[in-house]
This record gives sequence, C-alpha cells and structure tokens, in this order.
Amino acid sequence: MNLCTLSALELATRIQARELSSVEATQYFLSRIAETEQHIHAFTHLAEGALDRAEQIDSRLKSGEQLSPLAGVPIAIKDVLCTIGDRTTCGSRMLSEYRPPYMATAVQKLVDAGLVIVGKTNMDEFAMGGSTESSYLGPTRNPWDVQRTPGGSSGGAAASLAAGMCSLSIGSDTGGSVRQPAAFCGVCGLKPTYGRISRYGLVAFASSLDQVGPLAHHVQDLAACMAIMAGHDNRDSTSLAAEVPDYLAELGRPLKGLKVGIIREQVEHAALEAEVRDAVSHTQRMLEELGASILEIDFPHQEYAVPTYYLVAPCEASSNLSRYDGVHYGYRELGDASAESPLDAMISRSRSRGFGPEVKRRIMLGTFALSAGYYDAYYKKALQVRRLITQDYHRAFQDVDLLLGPVTPTPAYPLGEKLDDPVQMYLGDLFTVGANLAGLPAISVPAGFTSEGLPVAVQLQAPALEESRLLNAAFQLQQAGLFTPQVAEPPAT
Amino acid sequence: MELSTDDIRKVASLARLEFSEQELASFSTQLSRIVAFVEKLNEVDTAGVEEMAHPLDVHSVLRADELQPGLSRESALHNAPSHDDECFLVPPVLGQKSHGSR
Amino acid sequence: MEVPYKIVIGLEVHVQLSTRTKLFCGCSTEFGAAPNTQVCPVCLGQPGALPVMNRSAIDLAIRTGLALNCEIASVTKWDRKNYFYPDLPKGYQISQFDQPICGPGYLEFSDPDQPEQMLRVRLIRAHLEEDAGKSMHDEAAGKSASRIDLNRTGTPLLEIVSEPDLHSPQAAKAYLTELRLLLTYLGVSDCNMQEGSLRADANINLHIDRDGETLATPIVEVKNLNSFRAVERALIYESQRQYDEWQRTGAVLGDAPKRTFGWDDQRGVTIPQREKEESSDYRYFPDPDLVPVHITSEQLEYARSQLGESPSAIRQRLVNEHALKPYDADVIVSQGRGVVDYFDRMIQAGANAKRSSSWIQQEVLRVMNESNQGIEDFCITAEQLSELVLAVDAGDLDTTRAKDVFQYWLQHPGSNVQSAKQALGIKDVDQSEIEALCRELLAENPKIVAQYKEGNTKALGALIGAAKKKNANADPRLVRELSQKIIEAEL
Repeated sequence: MNLCTLSALELATRIQARELSSVEATQYFLSRIAETEQHIHAFTHLAEGALDRAEQIDSRLKSGEQLSPLAGVPIAIKDVLCTIGDRTTCGSRMLSEYRPPYMATAVQKLVDAGLVIVGKTNMDEFAMGGSTESSYLGPTRNPWDVQRTPGGSSGGAAASLAAGMCSLSIGSDTGGSVRQPAAFCGVCGLKPTYGRISRYGLVAFASSLDQVGPLAHHVQDLAACMAIMAGHDNRDSTSLAAEVPDYLAELGRPLKGLKVGIIREQVEHAALEAEVRDAVSHTQRMLEELGASILEIDFPHQEYAVPTYYLVAPCEASSNLSRYDGVHYGYRELGDASAESPLDAMISRSRSRGFGPEVKRRIMLGTFALSAGYYDAYYKKALQVRRLITQDYHRAFQDVDLLLGPVTPTPAYPLGEKLDDPVQMYLGDLFTVGANLAGLPAISVPAGFTSEGLPVAVQLQAPALEESRLLNAAFQLQQAGLFTPQVAEPPAT
Repeated sequence: MELSTDDIRKVASLARLEFSEQELASFSTQLSRIVAFVEKLNEVDTAGVEEMAHPLDVHSVLRADELQPGLSRESALHNAPSHDDECFLVPPVLGQKSHGSR
Repeated sequence: MEVPYKIVIGLEVHVQLSTRTKLFCGCSTEFGAAPNTQVCPVCLGQPGALPVMNRSAIDLAIRTGLALNCEIASVTKWDRKNYFYPDLPKGYQISQFDQPICGPGYLEFSDPDQPEQMLRVRLIRAHLEEDAGKSMHDEAAGKSASRIDLNRTGTPLLEIVSEPDLHSPQAAKAYLTELRLLLTYLGVSDCNMQEGSLRADANINLHIDRDGETLATPIVEVKNLNSFRAVERALIYESQRQYDEWQRTGAVLGDAPKRTFGWDDQRGVTIPQREKEESSDYRYFPDPDLVPVHITSEQLEYARSQLGESPSAIRQRLVNEHALKPYDADVIVSQGRGVVDYFDRMIQAGANAKRSSSWIQQEVLRVMNESNQGIEDFCITAEQLSELVLAVDAGDLDTTRAKDVFQYWLQHPGSNVQSAKQALGIKDVDQSEIEALCRELLAENPKIVAQYKEGNTKALGALIGAAKKKNANADPRLVRELSQKIIEAEL
C-alpha cells in the first residue's frame, strides 16, 4: 500500500469507508518519517500524541460523526503557525522553547475538520529566506537531491511531501515561501488572496504580505484544504468577509474560452533558465490544447517588484520582530555586568544572540528604511511603487483571466550557494513577490523535471478571490498530464 | 547610498542589536549593497502616486465592546524567561555603576 | 509677581476612555485587578496575535472631539510607534500619527486671573492610542529586578494635544480643570488621576525680551505630573529654572534638542530624565494589521446625540435663567452632572434657585464630602429638599429647624417634612406665645437690654439661645424682631 502519492481526499474517503483507519494512515507516515527524516530534516519536531488524536478521529468517525472530506488525514504544519502547548519555533533560537498559549485559527479549523497533525515543519528563520538554510535547527534538504535546497521559507513543508512523510502540508507565503519550495520539490502550492485565510496565530514576518497556504501532491487536495481554512475570522481585521466558494465543486470546468496572459518581462527575463522557460512554453501549449487562448501581457514594473518587496517586508519585519526582547517569552541572555542599563544590555544581547544573520540583516534594513530622514526616500517610495505594480496586475486582468509564468528563474540550487550573497538570494523571488505585493492568489504547479532530474514548475496568478479559477486551471493541467504526483525515495544508506 | 560603520552603529542601536567591530564592517558592506539594490526604485516616477500600505481595500473593521475570556496568569507567564508568582521580571533599568556615579 | 519673561506652555493630556474592554482585545480595563490577570495573547503581544479595534473607543473619541470643537476625520488610520520598553510587549505602541481621529479644535475656560474673562486654548489634535503596562521598579534601583504587570497594556487612551497657548502655570491648571470637568460630563472618562485615567505632560519654554528682540529658551517636556497641583508647582519651578539656566548659559531654542524632565513632587524639583540619543526616532509607519476606519454620518450623529449639555452651557443657563452668581453656578457645575441634575430637579419641584443653590452648597455638598459619597448615593432626594425649602419660604419652620429636619432625614431617609417635624417635636408656634417669651427674657436680662439701648444691637443674640432653651420651636428671627420691638417701644 503506497499512501504517499495517494490524494488526501482519496485517503480520507478510504478512512471514512473504514478500509483503513486514521491510526494506520498516521502510523504509515510516521514510519516514513522514521526512515527518511534523517536525510531530509523536514521537521523541527514531531507533534506529541498524533496517534492518540488519530484514534479519536477514528472513533468519532465510527460513531457516525461527519467531520470533513479530509477527516483522518495526517498533515504537517509549518512551524510558524501557533499550536497551543506545542513548541512553535519559527526556526529560530529566539523561540526554540516557545509554547504558544493559543491556537492559530487556520490550524484550529484543520483540527476541527479532523486532520491529524504529525509534526511542525522546518523553515527559514522567521520565514526570512528562500532556502531553509537560515533555520536555527539546521537546513532541510531537497528529497530530489539532498545536496540541494528544498527552497524556502516553507522548505520543510514542501520536502515533507516530496519525501512522502505526510499527505498534506501547510505553509506560509510572504514573497513566494509556499510557491518556490513547492516548485523546487515538485509539489503543488497555493498562496491564497491576502485575507482569505486568517493570519491569527501566524507568527508575523511582514503583516501586509503574509498569507497561509496549503501544499499537496494533488490540486484537488489544495481545494479541499482551502474549503476548510478559508473564511472570515473576527480576530483578524485583515481577513476577508467574502463568502467561501465550494472549491471542490468548482474543479472540472472546461478551460475553453479562458484567456491566459504571459508576462513578456518574465518569460524574456535574462535570469530565466532555459529548462524553466521550456516548462512555461509546454504549459502554454497544453492550455491552448485545452481550449484557452494566450495573450502576451506587458508588466512595466516587473523589474521593481523585488526592490519594492525588500523594502516593504523588512520594514514591517523590523517592527514585528521588536516584540522579541527577552522579556515576555523567548530567548534571554544577560548583557555585560558593567552595562549602564542592565535592562537595555539584556534586550540587546538577547536579540543579538537569539536571531540569526539573515533576520538581523532584514531588521537592520527595515529599521534603516523607516528611520528619520530615510522614510520618504525608501519606505514611502516602496509603497508608491507597490501601487504601480498592483496597477500592472489590474490592467492585465482587464484583458486576461489568468497569468502564466515561471515560479523561479532556476530549479533548486545547491545548499550554501547563495548564503553569502543576499542580493542574489533575493533575486530568486523575482516572479513570486508580485502576488504578495498586490495581495493576489497564485499557485505553483509542477511541470516535470529537468534533464538533471530536478523538479520544475509554472505559476498561475489570478485576480483577488479567484482561487477557484486558479485551482480549476491547475486541476485541468494535472488531469491533462502536466505532472504526475510522485515522491523521491530516500538515498540508499 | 554607502552606509558607514557609524550609520550601522546608529541603526543597530535603534534596533537593539549589538555587533562586534568585525560584524559592523561586514554589515556595512552588505547593507550598502542591499540599499544600492533597492535604490533602483529611484528610476520610477511616483509623483502623485498614493502609497499602498494594505493590499486590499477593506476598512472600518470594528468589534463590539464586549468582554472575552483571556489567559490565566499562569499561562500568561508560562513562556517568560523570568517571572515571580505575579509578574514578569526584568533586570533593573539602571545598574549599580550608573547609580554610583549619580 | 511680575516676571521678566513670558511663559509658553502646551499640554498633552492622556485620558483613559471608559470602555469595558481594551482598545484591541476583549480584556477588561477595570482598575485594580491582581497583576497579569487581565491579559490575552493580543495585549501580551504574543507572536501571531492580532489587534481588532473596539468600536466604543471610536464612539467615545468622536464624542470628545465634538465637545472640544474638533474637526472629526472622515478617514482615520493606525500607525505603529516603535520603541523598546518591557511594559510595551510588542515593541511598538499602536497609535495614530498623521491621520488622527480628531483634528484642530479648542477649549474655553475662565481666566484664573480675571474670572469674568474667557481664555481659549487651541487644540492641535486628539488621537487614540493604546496604553503601556506598568513597571514596578525596586526602590533601591539597581539592586533587584523590576516587575512588569501588563493588565493596563492596551487600555484605550485619547491623547489631547494643545497648542502652546497657555501663559501661566495657573492657566495650565485651569485648562486641565475645565478639560477634566468636560470629559466627566461627557462620560467618556472617569478622569481619576490616582488611577492614571488622566495624565498630563507639559511642554514649556520662556520668551524673554532682550534688547528689543524676543529670545526663546529651549523647550522642555515635563513628565510625571500626577495631580493638578503638581502641574502648577512643576511649571512654576520649571519656568524659574529655565530663566536661571538662561541667565547662566544663554542657551536658546535650537541650541539643544527638546529635553525631558521629570517632576519630583516630594522634593519639588524637575529633574532631567535619562534618554538615549536616538530614542525619539519612533519610526512611525501604518500598522499593517489594522485597516483604516471611515467615520460615518451615523457615527457622528450618534456621538452628537450623546453629548449632553456642556459645563459652560450649564453655567450660562444657571446665571441667565436662574440668576445665580457666576461663582455659585461654577460651584454647582464643578460638582458634576449629578449635582446639576439635583439642582434642576429642585427647581422643577418648585424651590427657589438661590435657596436651592445655597442648600446644595452648604448642606448637600458638606454631607457628601464628610461621608465621601456621590450625589447618586445621597439619601435625600431633590424633591424632598425642595419641599423643605418651600416649607421654610412659607414660614412653616425656620432655617435652623429646617436643618434639623435635614439632619433627621439623613438618619431616616424617605420621610417627609411633616413626619420629620413630628419626630423632632417641631410645633407651629403662636406669635403671642413668643412675644410672652420675649418679655419674660428681657425682664430676666436687664444687662442685655441696657447694652442694646447703648447701641450694641448684637447683644440680642444672647437672647436667642436662651429662647431656644425655653421653647425649641421658637424662630430665632421672630425672637429677635419681637425683642427689638418691645425694647424700642419702651424707649
């Protein structure tokens, strides 16, 4: 029995039909984890009592309780979402012992829907990075090539799926942190519209960009997950009140008549590697075969998306991360005994030792850009360009229903390659940050492998709240054979 | 713009981060590069463009003035690096040294 | 005293709004709870927790703004003010920077130097913000840890910022007094300074005329002003200190950045506070966790409907419609809306306004002060007291006996004039009976009669006590009148 690439919905159906129990499914994935985790390091830690919870779900299902189409399915949660009483580390020394006194809304909804949390997945520290190398707990490896990065910041989430360690995974996406690792690991990943899923309990990196998003092998599993997590939360002022569509029911609409835009500045970008460009072209042809028409779209501010993002995000982050001062929770280290103010010395020492270099770099950048005399030139300017980028999208969506393009300029790169060159690392986000700046939904869909055997992927983007359109197009591509869900087997030991 | 080690020191102090001299030097190089990178935005004419702090056009989200259950004190203090039965504890604002000199 | 400079003062007043719950979470704002028992993930600044705005705080801020003649913003938004302090758990305070809920306005109050003149202080703005928690420092600082209580964290504050339109410490105090009165009338705050519901910081400097040009001394912000008396004393001290400093150093505005001084109430001095060089760089930016608020016409209408009559309008009414002296009107109004209502109800029940005013001032307020109770807890109703005043007017009983009735009511709430008179043995007395009494007394006290005849009219006072001893119901006024008549008839 291979459950790794079985759709989570199919797995739930079997559990519902009592062909196998949630306990058995959970045991299956836990034993996969036991075999594989040593090579991949996808998790910061495993959740306590997963089997007990699976057993409870089994007995509730047995008693006839209707939970959800995904009840009983083992799921992994990125360690940036608060799980009550269980550690939530954000991949940081700062929170290595932190146990939240409350539950993230998105996670609570999954638990209420009967999903079984098996563990918390590894990530770049505070979700800042694109390689999961900045985690205090050590890097995650790409199951397709353990010398390479799984991407980031939700590297653990994507790798846990690619290595067959869970059936579903939840990540977060601030500038591509769901889509880029999904692309590097050959799985599907959705960044919903800003505000579609509650951010309550999602430890903030950049509040106006952060969004929770699901990863899975199958597009329909993303839809099922969205049906559970999406919706208004009165504890998040930025969550949307719009009605949640029946995402599953909306799958299967033919693509005939769909207008798909290709952003010229993206497919012609110098940094785009040929095999990724080929994947986009291949997908384009497939969409045409499915009845869609293709239009070329101009995106005048494409080049400014990354610089804009690397001002907006660090500015918000510098403030969001001010709460880590060694006082109410988190890492504390006393400063020099001779300090004029032992309090200030403690705060500075705790922050300096509790945060890793990338986090400190971004705090410094954000603090600088917000400081007196620089605000207008940097932060305000970025907010203005952000509007221009958003207007590029609005203009595009007057002509087309979806945008097709690459997720990343390259496939997964070797670990360590970009660690010493922040700007190179940042440029890897050039196709993903736009959706975050504009608050729009976007999906990463696997599109085969390179000649070296590394996954490649394409990105679809849609207007706000059009997740159904995205999911349907991705589902049609899946059905048409753009990709076949598969897991990487661990290297022989 | 080029950021000097003095600039970095000032920003670090605002951000409550401390760096060794060596770190300061490497940070000023790195941050100068990053700042030069984001200064690409200067190419864009943004005259009259309204700032966009929020991605979506939502406003006036208000809640009723009604009590909601909070946390127990035990739970509130649970993660604190230092606390007594009632409060969070922090080192004194002013140390022995500065007091002696007053 | 004439001083060789002009004092320039602007005040920043923080008022705690009377909401049940905090500004951005559902925790109670009640004062006095055990430390860290009114907290939740939001006000503790736990990672991932998010703020949601309290509608009532918006309503109270609009009501205050309208009463202060402020422009009310059609769109207002939230900004983060970033600084580190252990009682600020998020490392930033949610406040309002460039789009405050209330724009320019003004407040008028009577000039303490010339009470018939009104002073007008222009207000720059009033904005909402969340309060910080409480740090409890060890007395022997430097020896042990400080303790942090976050119950107060997130309590809604309205910061009301004035232009530097105040030119004496006394005027500053008068402004605060009027502001507090207005706010309590509005019901937007209890303004309890002991509990920190009203806190004032003052910006002060001097304008000194020297050789035909005006020099300004560097601005100092004085903090830790915990009472109106402290405001006045601190500003008196600080203005003299600045003058001395200027004479010593010649430093003028612009030579140094704004400094912060704390008021030491015990020693009666202002002391420079330790500040980090960069601490004023708060890096304000729009809070991405909160969306802007559009103020609707319904909200404005609702706030307007909650305004009620302002203290200054009531003062005018008491003077114009009820012919009270401005001083008396002020005493009544200063007691708060409850006492004004009491006064109005007495008038409505038929009592004379001036009598009502003096009964309230002399008796009601005395008892309230002695027993430390509010007018709402006072056991004699306005209607009862009105009945008593009317009885005195009708000559049914004299003022002294009326006061006995008042005292009796304090012990026996709910009884009327008749039953009190009965219980106190007050009888209506015949004039001939009193006349007989007077003759008897004058016969017994030839010395007093002699003194009166020599022109000492006050001598008769001694008779009144004696008359009361013989007949408790004797009206002193009548005793005096009749005695005078009898003596003068003999002349």
